[in-house]
Amino acid sequence: MMANRKEPVQRIDEATGTKTVGHEWDGIEELDTPMPRWWLWTFYLCILFSIVYVVLYPAWPMLEKATEGTLGWSSRGDLANEISVADQARTTVNEQLARIPIERLSEDSALMQQAVAGGRAAFLVNCVQCHGSGAAGSMASSSLAKGYPNLNDDDWLWGGDLKAIEYTLTHGIRQQGDEKTRFSQMPGFTGVFDDAQVEGLVDHVLAFSGKAKPSAVGAELYANNCASCHGANGLGDRAQGAPNLADAIWLYGGARSEVRRQILAPRNGMMPKWEGRLDPVTIKMLAAYVHSLGGGEDFVEVAESPAVEVDEQP
Amino acid sequence: MNNPDVSWTEHSRSDLGSGGPEELFEKRKQVHPQRIDGNFRRFKWLVMIATLAIYYITPWLRWDRGPFAPDQAVLVDLANRRFYMFGIEIWPHEFYFVAGLLIMAGIGLFLVTSAVGRAWCGYACPQTVWTDLFQHVDRFVDGDRNARMRLDKAPWGASKIARRSFKWAIYLFISFWTGGAWIMYFADAPTLTADFWTGNAAAIAYITVAILTLMTFTLGGFMREQVCIYMCPWPRIQSAMLDEKSLLVTYKDWRGEKRGSVKKSEKSPGEYGDCIDCNQCVAVCPTGIDIREGPQIGCITCGLCIDACDRVMSEVGRPRGLIDYATLDDCDAEAAGAEPRPVWKTLLRPRTLIYFSIWGGIGLALLFALGTRTHTELSAAADRNPPFMLMSDGSVRNAFTLKIRNMESRPRTFTVALDGLDGGVMWSGTVSRDNAARALTIAVEPDQTKPIRAYVVAPAGTAAADFAFTVTSNDEQAETDRSEVRFVVPGAEQ
Repeated sequence: MMANRKEPVQRIDEATGTKTVGHEWDGIEELDTPMPRWWLWTFYLCILFSIVYVVLYPAWPMLEKATEGTLGWSSRGDLANEISVADQARTTVNEQLARIPIERLSEDSALMQQAVAGGRAAFLVNCVQCHGSGAAGSMASSSLAKGYPNLNDDDWLWGGDLKAIEYTLTHGIRQQGDEKTRFSQMPGFTGVFDDAQVEGLVDHVLAFSGKAKPSAVGAELYANNCASCHGANGLGDRAQGAPNLADAIWLYGGARSEVRRQILAPRNGMMPKWEGRLDPVTIKMLAAYVHSLGGGEDFVEVAESPAVEVDEQP
Repeated sequence: MNNPDVSWTEHSRSDLGSGGPEELFEKRKQVHPQRIDGNFRRFKWLVMIATLAIYYITPWLRWDRGPFAPDQAVLVDLANRRFYMFGIEIWPHEFYFVAGLLIMAGIGLFLVTSAVGRAWCGYACPQTVWTDLFQHVDRFVDGDRNARMRLDKAPWGASKIARRSFKWAIYLFISFWTGGAWIMYFADAPTLTADFWTGNAAAIAYITVAILTLMTFTLGGFMREQVCIYMCPWPRIQSAMLDEKSLLVTYKDWRGEKRGSVKKSEKSPGEYGDCIDCNQCVAVCPTGIDIREGPQIGCITCGLCIDACDRVMSEVGRPRGLIDYATLDDCDAEAAGAEPRPVWKTLLRPRTLIYFSIWGGIGLALLFALGTRTHTELSAAADRNPPFMLMSDGSVRNAFTLKIRNMESRPRTFTVALDGLDGGVMWSGTVSRDNAARALTIAVEPDQTKPIRAYVVAPAGTAAADFAFTVTSNDEQAETDRSEVRFVVPGAEQ
């Protein structure tokens, strides 16, 4: 076979006057047509360009990193520059936010908008793990564990104005090691009441919102054991963080069995404090965002001396 | 036409230029068109003045739109995403108007091609207009054809360098103004001009002017007919669109051949045709072709060779029209002895009429859409996360993002109302829940889209239902729009 192989014969094609490459397949030959001039020039220009590029920019991969190039350019450097530009652009807003007390924030609607936007971003990083990306907490799905509050509605355990929300964010709820944390404790009544008493109490609690018939046994037990925190009419008390039992919203579920369970073996949810983990401006923005979700309440000036936490923070 | 078997786009071997067979690159033959006067030249002047005037003057026309919109008649405002054209203002979501205009332009080219052949190439194409302009500069600086050919061949000396620099300076000047006029369409022309000269214009303005200057300088000053012959797709498309009924610039070979000078035909009458082989048609051609070789891709049908030939024919006392606009069918008929057919007859045939009705139909549809569109629009999008919200009193709240478009150049207020969903009320922005109502009044800035969040709340027990938001402008036009949405309530398990 090898012996039969013909050496390529280059010849001039008569019709075009161009050299052939010398290969032949069943009489079909290939012309060695020269490249158009402009094309050739483009190649030379590209070579020239690449030489300049190799000198100016990172080009040759070495063991650790690529050669650096005389311009010192890097895409990381570009990113760092862009980030610092973005940071600088935010500085004014951040300074304004740091200066303004949160109860005055709603007076500056432009700043409020910025705060809400910043808060949304911070929320998606820090809060969605429990409260969900729509801030609907356990309400987002019936299959979710109960106990994560819905931040969209108009029911607030500890108050729903900007200042109260900021306080909750700063100090958390039942946060160990923070003296200022929001704290309430629902006692468990296992072994204290017998079954009939518990059923009566559940009846009484559900009767506040018309979901059960009132019970005389329950009414008496309630007045003696529960009314001090939850109020005689079950309206709760924000100062103590006692939930409103007369409304349609149940943090741990409003079904009979769920209410019963909360009386016998109550769960007390915990919200971490964000002071020290997030800067005061971010906390302020988060408060503005949560307030903006549709259930935020207006700040009502009260006689007590205005809190100074805002100014104390670095 | 001399040889009907040869397709129009195929050059005969002799056409492939002076290069020998080993040189596959065709060297350019410099074209030095001679000055000519005549009907078509005058028409070309007219079109050139008109198109250049439109191009340079349009951005400076003013059009009062009130204090909240620019007063430039034609403006592509990319920064604010608006396109202004006299009384018409187009928003990005109405871009189909521009698409419609572009389709009309495309079909318009088909229409023109089927009616009058490559009239676009010959008269109106910017490449043709600017090439023509630059060739006049050549003539002004270097003299007519013969003088220019002499100068081309002359060795580089002080006078040639001076002439060339002067000419190229004029080229650059024209090119610069070409690029400079272009950017005026994208910003307020007087402001931009002031900014441009004081160095305050955006970098992109300078870059655009630089690129367009360079392009005009190269394409108009040097590449000229090569753009038409090698770069432009349109001649290729044209050669697919032309047929025996298309109007072409044609050399009537049955009348012209065999070519011979006046003296020769006087010596032996009957042996020679009307063409005296004076080469005037070649001399005046801006793309440097010989029309007597038949229709070809390099012919832009500008008709200057008709002017040249008519003048020569009148000088030698022969009837005009040896080179003339004619269809191939007419040529065959005339060659067979029929009377020349008037040109207008080629216009009225099914193909042109069909193109015209499509073109006109799209135009009418656009006009109708423009005339009946409102300047108020509403779109509503329901929050999906969470889809609904149970309130402490048992009522259900749904949240929506409404976008109200005020497409007029004045501030307006709108009434946004609920249509359906009995018992439902809404609140938004400055209206608190305590003042929730069936209708809200929203003020929208001129020429803006205002997004608002609206909370709709319905009492406990309301079933899920379809309803709509409606928007009505609070002015005498009372324009309305509506957006259908659904009110969602908690499922049975909750």
